[in-house]
Amino acid sequence: MIAGLRTPSGGRIDRTQRVRFKFDGRSYEGFAGDTLASALLANDVHLVGRSFKYHRPRGFLAAGSEEPNGLVTVTRDAARVTPNLRATQVELYDGLIAESQNRWPSLQRDFGRINDLLSAFFPAGFYYKTFMWPRKAWKLLYEPMIRRAAGLGRAPVHADPDRYAQRYAHCDVLIVGAGPAGIAAALSAAESGARVILCDETNEFGGSLLTDTSAVIDGQTASAWVKRCVGSLAQNSRVTLLARTTAFGYFPHNLIGLNQRLVDHLASAPAYQPRERLWQVRARAVVLATGAIERPLVFPGNDRPGILLAGAAQTYLNRYGVCVGRRVVVVTSGDEAYQAALDLHAAGVFIAAIADLRAEVTGALPDAARRAGMDVRPGSTVLDTEGELRVSGITLARVQSGQVQAAQNIRCDAVLMSGGYTPSVHLFSQSRGKLQWNDGLQSFIPGSSAESEQSAGACRGIYGLAEVLADGARAGAAAPELHHAQHRFNVDTLSRRSSAYLGALPQANPPSREKSFVDWQHDVTTRDLALATREGFESIEHVKRYTTTGMATDQGKTSSLNAMAIVAKSLQIAIPQVGLTTFRMPYTPVSFGSFAGISRGDLFDPVRTTPTHPWAQAQAAVFENVGLWKRARYFPRGGEDMHAAVARECRAVRNACGMFDASTLGKIEVVGPDAAEFMNRMYINNWSNLGVGRCRYGILLREDGFIYDDGVVARIGADRFHVTTTTGGAPRVLALLEDYRQTEWPELNVWLTSTTEQWAVIAVQGPKSRQVLESLVEGLDISAAAWPHMSVGRGRICGVPMLLFRVSFTGELGFEINVPADFGLSVWEAVHAAGQAYGITEYGTETMHVLRAEKGYIIVGQDTDGTVTPDDAGLSWAIGKGKADFVGKRSLERASMKSADRKQLVGLRAKDPGVTLEEGAQVAAKSGQKPPMELIGHVTSSYAGSVPGYSIALALIEGGRARLAQTLYVPMPNGDVEVEVTSPVFYDPAGARINA
Amino acid sequence: MLLIVCPYCGKRPEIEFTYGGQAHLARPDQPSQLDDQAWAEFLYMRSNTKGVYAERWRHARGCGRFFNALRDTTSDHFLAFYKTGEPRPVLSTSPAPPAQSVAARTDAAASPVTERKI
Repeated sequence: MIAGLRTPSGGRIDRTQRVRFKFDGRSYEGFAGDTLASALLANDVHLVGRSFKYHRPRGFLAAGSEEPNGLVTVTRDAARVTPNLRATQVELYDGLIAESQNRWPSLQRDFGRINDLLSAFFPAGFYYKTFMWPRKAWKLLYEPMIRRAAGLGRAPVHADPDRYAQRYAHCDVLIVGAGPAGIAAALSAAESGARVILCDETNEFGGSLLTDTSAVIDGQTASAWVKRCVGSLAQNSRVTLLARTTAFGYFPHNLIGLNQRLVDHLASAPAYQPRERLWQVRARAVVLATGAIERPLVFPGNDRPGILLAGAAQTYLNRYGVCVGRRVVVVTSGDEAYQAALDLHAAGVFIAAIADLRAEVTGALPDAARRAGMDVRPGSTVLDTEGELRVSGITLARVQSGQVQAAQNIRCDAVLMSGGYTPSVHLFSQSRGKLQWNDGLQSFIPGSSAESEQSAGACRGIYGLAEVLADGARAGAAAPELHHAQHRFNVDTLSRRSSAYLGALPQANPPSREKSFVDWQHDVTTRDLALATREGFESIEHVKRYTTTGMATDQGKTSSLNAMAIVAKSLQIAIPQVGLTTFRMPYTPVSFGSFAGISRGDLFDPVRTTPTHPWAQAQAAVFENVGLWKRARYFPRGGEDMHAAVARECRAVRNACGMFDASTLGKIEVVGPDAAEFMNRMYINNWSNLGVGRCRYGILLREDGFIYDDGVVARIGADRFHVTTTTGGAPRVLALLEDYRQTEWPELNVWLTSTTEQWAVIAVQGPKSRQVLESLVEGLDISAAAWPHMSVGRGRICGVPMLLFRVSFTGELGFEINVPADFGLSVWEAVHAAGQAYGITEYGTETMHVLRAEKGYIIVGQDTDGTVTPDDAGLSWAIGKGKADFVGKRSLERASMKSADRKQLVGLRAKDPGVTLEEGAQVAAKSGQKPPMELIGHVTSSYAGSVPGYSIALALIEGGRARLAQTLYVPMPNGDVEVEVTSPVFYDPAGARINA
Repeated sequence: MLLIVCPYCGKRPEIEFTYGGQAHLARPDQPSQLDDQAWAEFLYMRSNTKGVYAERWRHARGCGRFFNALRDTTSDHFLAFYKTGEPRPVLSTSPAPPAQSVAARTDAAASPVTERKI
């Protein structure tokens, strides 16, 4: 004895395998091969959700991915909770736990139902006109309330523990959809020897053929034909078959995104298996065989549980062995629904009436229905329905000469509706193909393609099975335009007249007060669409956003055409004039994990480390990210916090000696007879007069005159410059230099090489730095007399070839050792050992920042923001005198670039020495202001200073240089901080220490 | 992801390239001779063509070279790829390319800017 609505036999389920599952805490049984939806229906469960806004009771509308109502949350364990899954696509497995959504406290008694009763206050766009007063209520009342009420499922709170794989693939033909058109295309393509990928979003290939119990193809039943064809394709090594794989996006140049689901249908998956696989397929040719989606009808009360698409009812019966009801009314505009009625009738279901919207009803299928004793009513319409948690009755009427009359109420427990088909043109549209309106089909079908792509079958408006198979074969052939059907499929099936319907059904006057739904998932009714056009929204894109029709997770699969038709009628223009909104990927939702792949956690981005990284790690350094680099920020000892560590490191550098890894800075070798000329044209400085063996602080501008990068440039040969850049700027400096070299001045004989990763750089800074190095350096006289500040030369250190610079970013006597990167660590360790006698101390980027700030040295990107000129930063002195031109020079001539009240770099000292300003804090000339305040600049760098004993800051202030010694104010939440404007050089302004 | 044909390396995916903006923009020979208006034109004014657009790409993750391309901005179809320094190809089906250079838009007599064929 089969419980509920399950048929005693039939369907493609495995009746030998019982499967237990739970829905909303209750236990049920189904069979292997069921979906959650079919199993619930078999158990007579029809209420499966509450609608988005009105919380109306809802049941399944469809049987596939277009389902708008039956969204559930499936829980595997605490960390694996997936909301918003369509129960029609959830394959049943033993132990499955699913819950309905958007209801409290229960599905049967949902408090949110009050929204339906108060629906007059919740029309489309109501939130644009409400929640405005009082303003204070937003934070504490409106926002929390709206956030709780919004949405359908609840977002997971745990990190996704599953693994997701990604794969690239190339093929000759990618076929999307394995229904009759797709299989025929695959056979055709495979025959020609092509490499084929055939994918389908469901677990079984066959599409509409899996529910077709009457057709005969080449002497076989549809089901047997599918089995044979798929079997032969599976044997072909050049064919890849992907089930449970959705083509979710069509990208330029025939790149298609596929989302393959590997384990969600299993009770338990092997630990090594990724949950999903993302395929990026570059196909020489694409065949879209995506089928068509049945159109629901728009009439009052069309959303009650038990009112569903006719084709879906047929699917539940023929594929899953489930009757959707025992007493069914059919409302249809075409012949297909009659086959559903006949199939249900044969399964013992009473068909109470078939309401046909057409005035005249003839043909093989309607006649078969009449012969079976069914009440076929032409010229019908629907005025209303009844039923609370399930439909219990429907009011039909006749339409005669434009008059609606003879209303009659009929008892029923299910209503099947069919408004014809809407070809699935989502992927075609994403490919930027042009759609064209077909009046006969009352649909948009693919017009001209933009990519190498063909549509075949129902997705281009071809519905007869024989034609669909022939169309698929043509599309899959090597040269579709030349294809002559070598193989004609012999198809035996009842002819059917498809007739699509658009817009709301004719209504009595006055019409029912019940709502007529157009978009089920977002609760959009005909009244909402009428309101939008009344309020002046004419573009379908505006109507969509104002009413939210088509904006739910189903992206309007069952609503977009009806919505468009209703808007067209309201605006009194032709349907094609209204147009469709833009189709966007993904076709159905795709897990975030699939897109992330392995780019998570430690693998999110590549990590760049310097040669001394393991040494710093061993010292338990605290690291910071600078771009993709890991840099030691400070080296805490014995429980120090950052403040204490940095204070100690700074003192060590200023008083003795410090060592710092500067390997991350960019290095570019500019080489060639025209190297100096090229440098002159690019950087602001004069390079011709820089002698070999000397360095100069270089500044690079953009053509608009603003500082782009800076760094020490060394002339290591007559035709060779070693240019350094900021750590983050290295790639874009090289790109800018290459741009000019290749495309502006190709006549210059110069070439560029990045040597950032080739040189390890060890900075040794402090009054004792020379003594440390003298014991290690060979082949170079680095005495004070022989080697002044800004010298460069080659030598050896620990037997390793070395380029040594006497440069300082700290303001102390300092050097930078460049050795080939492979020797970086060993040379670092040698310097560290040799420096012990002098109290050498390793320091990190934080100390580096403090020490340079005390000297007023800018850091591009921190003290500059792309709007700072050399003069703003106090660096006019670096501009080469008498240079006719360089990149950015013309822009510096603009009057606005010389204005005296431009933001200029100055120093700031808080009057209270204990206060360290916040970086980014704004600066005002007047204290005690209330918003909106008059502000004159901001703090760019700020630190607790080292030697000065007070905090120091750099800031960009309007007319800053004219404000020396002025008192300014930094407004903070606790009150204004008084500051004094100073020179940006806090330490050793005469430069005695750096020149020691 | 677009497929781009580097004239030196062949057909490669877009991820290997960086975009280089409008093509055939020559830096004026004597910037000091331009008034602010003309200089601003060079700095900031770019065409925003709906249709065939001449643009630059750089094979940043490959040979590192700049080159030019003609792309239809409505369909993302590439119609031609050509090396730096080569003139913009004349396509058989398209109309003559609109004048986009600074020289063409400013009064040629007043401005000493010359157009380079890069």
